[in-house]
Amino acid sequence: MSDKSKNNVVIIDYGVGNLLSVMRGVEVCGVNPVVTNCPDEILNADRLILPGVGAFSDGMRGLSDKKLIEPIKEFVKKGRPFLGICLGMQMILDESHEFGTNKGLGLIPGKVLSIPGKSAEGGKFKIPHIGWTSIRPGNNSKDWQNTILQNTKKEDSVYFVHSFYVLPKHEENTLASCNYAGKDFCAVINNENIYGCQFHPEKSGTVGIGILDFFCNEL
Amino acid sequence: MGRIGKAIKGELNLSKIRLIARLDIKGPNLIKSIRFEGLRVLGNPQEFAQKYYEEGIDEILYVDTVATLYERVGIHELVKKTAQNVFIPITVAGGIRSVQDVDDLLRSGADKIAINTAAVKNPDLISQISKKFGSQCMVLSIEACKQPDGRWEAYTDNGREHSNLEVVEWAMKAEKLGAGEILLTSVDFDGTLKGFDYDLIKLVSENVSIPVIASGGFGDEDDFKKVVEDYCADAVAVGSALHYGKFTVKSLKDKLRAKGLNVR
Repeated sequence: MSDKSKNNVVIIDYGVGNLLSVMRGVEVCGVNPVVTNCPDEILNADRLILPGVGAFSDGMRGLSDKKLIEPIKEFVKKGRPFLGICLGMQMILDESHEFGTNKGLGLIPGKVLSIPGKSAEGGKFKIPHIGWTSIRPGNNSKDWQNTILQNTKKEDSVYFVHSFYVLPKHEENTLASCNYAGKDFCAVINNENIYGCQFHPEKSGTVGIGILDFFCNEL
Repeated sequence: MGRIGKAIKGELNLSKIRLIARLDIKGPNLIKSIRFEGLRVLGNPQEFAQKYYEEGIDEILYVDTVATLYERVGIHELVKKTAQNVFIPITVAGGIRSVQDVDDLLRSGADKIAINTAAVKNPDLISQISKKFGSQCMVLSIEACKQPDGRWEAYTDNGREHSNLEVVEWAMKAEKLGAGEILLTSVDFDGTLKGFDYDLIKLVSENVSIPVIASGGFGDEDDFKKVVEDYCADAVAVGSALHYGKFTVKSLKDKLRAKGLNVR
């Protein structure tokens, strides 16, 4: 077993969101994260976390203003583990339809759409989706073994807060799904080394910490 | 119809009803009053929050009860210490008056902030906060007091001052301005353990499309079931019943599950 504290986990600081919780969540996994907006540090990370809450366009502007889009894309090409959280997950996709169409990082094909307030059957649902909701394997997803969900049990609950959801172009990129407003949507997106969680693992108690632990130490 | 997680027949919905521990703070202490008056000092709020987290509470809500009076946010240190080892959402209320106040609290480890008095004085603050940090972070706190004419008025300054705002109209306006959630506290029922101001909760919840947290009056599992299933609460805040040890988080959730409620 390697010395966990030497794992070079980098959390991207681009002026959006509560970094303290993500930092603290990584720290309890035995790792001292680097919080930075420096392109070189991002490029040289062993593992990279893109957190974020708020509007998609603000998030992409934050990354663009700090000239971080290319370094993130370069990092991902190296095949090292990448984790987007909430807005950080949504930005993995090609584009979002939140307040007009905005371009994303395009790391996994697909788009970001608003959660409908009504289901097809006429049920009325509150937006944002706030709260603890259980997750399960996607329709066409691979086994959770050797993924960030290895420590997660089917139907474990995690904490969501969002008004938009991601729709991957390829169904097999939905590693876990979640049901809200009468429809299934992607809770964890994955393609090879790239992961994204719609929920907040750093706010999902021991289940969430288990996910961060696997990402930081095992993946 | 319409509360979060209440699927209509044939629909699957796996969202759990949130149980939120509400901790009222004065200076270094957890306190509890009845109908916002008189108070008992109960102990160190961080220790209570940590215990509730370990027992499985879904969220923590800190309400600084004197911050508005003293015109400053006074619980950054408490939030910072709590966020070290509590990995669930933390909401902070009390004395928040500006975008800068919100930024400071989020940097201390808060996930959401709840605003009452400053939003009443300057409703545009709701828009500013929701634009800058996202609506998920902007909780409107309403302290509702029933009036002789049967309507509810929103009170400010920890339940002391009139605002002349009718609660439902205020809630609807705040939603338009960008509030992402409503913390709806009944001043009349707070701390009584006698059940919620049910009609108030239902009236607001049915007139907005954002989640409504029922606060003030929780006494037992039957109150919880009633306010969620019949009066459209999306989440429930519990104070006295936990602080005084009437329930532990676990014993309460066990009772809720036994009543058929979908809790974590």
